[in-house]
Amino acid sequence: MAKEPLFGRTIEELGETARRFGQAPFVARQLAEWLYRKRVDSFERMANLSKTFRASLAEEHVVGLAPPERTTISSDGTKKYLFAAGPGRFVEAAFIPEERRATLCLSTQVGCKMGCLFCMTGKQGFQGQLSAGEILNQLRSLPESDRITNIVYMGMGEPLDNLANVLSSIEVLTADWGFALSPRRITVSTIGIIPAMKVFLERTDCHLAVSLHSPFEDERRTLMPVENLYPLAEVLGVLRESAIARRRRVSFEYIMFGGLNDTPRHAKELVRVLDGIRCRVNLIHFHPIPGTPLHGSSDETMLGFERRLKESGIITTIRKSRGQDIMAACGLLSTKALTSRPQADY
Amino acid sequence: MAKRRATSGALLGSSDETGLRETRVTENIEIAAGVFLLKYPRERDFLPGQVVGITVDRRIAPRYYSISSGKDEEFVDLLYDVVPGGELTPLLAALRGGDLLFVSPPSGAFLDGDEEGWWIATGTGIAPFVSMAKSGLGGRKHLVHGSRLASGLYYRKYFAAVLKERYVSCCTKEAGDGIFSGRLTAWLGQQEDLPTSGRFLLCGSAEMVVDVRDLLIARGVPFGNISSEIYF
Repeated sequence: MAKEPLFGRTIEELGETARRFGQAPFVARQLAEWLYRKRVDSFERMANLSKTFRASLAEEHVVGLAPPERTTISSDGTKKYLFAAGPGRFVEAAFIPEERRATLCLSTQVGCKMGCLFCMTGKQGFQGQLSAGEILNQLRSLPESDRITNIVYMGMGEPLDNLANVLSSIEVLTADWGFALSPRRITVSTIGIIPAMKVFLERTDCHLAVSLHSPFEDERRTLMPVENLYPLAEVLGVLRESAIARRRRVSFEYIMFGGLNDTPRHAKELVRVLDGIRCRVNLIHFHPIPGTPLHGSSDETMLGFERRLKESGIITTIRKSRGQDIMAACGLLSTKALTSRPQADY
Repeated sequence: MAKRRATSGALLGSSDETGLRETRVTENIEIAAGVFLLKYPRERDFLPGQVVGITVDRRIAPRYYSISSGKDEEFVDLLYDVVPGGELTPLLAALRGGDLLFVSPPSGAFLDGDEEGWWIATGTGIAPFVSMAKSGLGGRKHLVHGSRLASGLYYRKYFAAVLKERYVSCCTKEAGDGIFSGRLTAWLGQQEDLPTSGRFLLCGSAEMVVDVRDLLIARGVPFGNISSEIYF
């Protein structure tokens, strides 16, 4: 039987492990410190644990770290890391250095089930959920791990379709026994899975980014099938009711498609539907994927759209495209070519 | 959508927020290995193509399934498959007539009219199209249904009778009389006269939806004419 990894476990789960081995409750915190604070990669180095306990742990468990298998470096300094996530399964993470900060874009699923028209990850289908340990390994095993200032859950997969593991990973990231990162340094992206979004808002103080892409229901439906089940109007209703603006930042991601969602009519409607929500809007360049019927808006159009939103009082930025030459930019992550799983039959 | 569509069960909070209402199961029949047709009295109006959330216990978050009965029928039918080791579906599978069931209001916007168009489904993704057909929307529709096994071609007899030559069934693992041997994308790819106008409604796995959508777009169908419902 495969040995179970300990990395990624919460303090409560580590407590259960310690109890199972007949250890005192405080051992959970010791384990957490070795795993997340002192960052050791073997049980042998956990010096304040008894030798017998360490040996017993090693019989049934592994620490559970996995270094990246491949690194691709962009001309703009962005790096894309490939991590194995179980046999024949891979995910990508993007390290995005800037002058004053360094952001890590994490994946939460191998592939994605959401089927958004503009996304490369969606084209590979869904091959599985990442455990909390596999999510956190993308940070812990990153060569630049110590430089990371911000974490965004915006890589492969829909984070809120893997809610339990995402919440566990956030607990480990933000707890004092864990990585002790401020939740203000963490942003989770979602296409708006309402029940999971409510839980996320209740249980964390992290920032939330909602993929919006069109303020018009019919148009959004053609881009994002999720609109059929969780309409934008209801997603925005939840955000209004949550009164979250004082505690966290809510942003809306808006990929700009030429002639589709970039007109003054769209800007006007966007301002209308966001009324009452303290938020910011990130305008994103579309990065074309094979076979897409979509194309990106011109820079001039994006600037005009940005101006209209700003004039209406909405904080708006045009997000820089990073790592486009290595397929690390927004919507381009995919490990389809590497997966050993046969193509899904239907 | 005809499959499970909730995120992790107990994490989703109070079921009361979802407007769950108590009802009683009329019957719950296994129509194929691991696939059930659950029936309960219709108390709320719905639109063909909509979903309802169901659960057996308010502490377990409901999962959403497409309704597969007509909008005016006495009972609501739901087609679901059992997820081995799942939190809810094994409990659903154990339900018998008269057992308590919690049901959410109908919701969703995967809707259609009676104009000419195409319905494309895999497996239990057929459910919304059954509801549409039983609600009188099938008169000018073509239906392509795919499955690995012939036993997964649910409602085959019904659609063969109602849609006649406008119904195509595809099977990848088994051969059968009147069944196209291969994926539904292979069948679609062979159709030289596939129209580029009219609406295409897709329901099934993300893989199927993405593959069919790409195929249709490559054949000149405007993406605005394609509406998709995915399992998750």
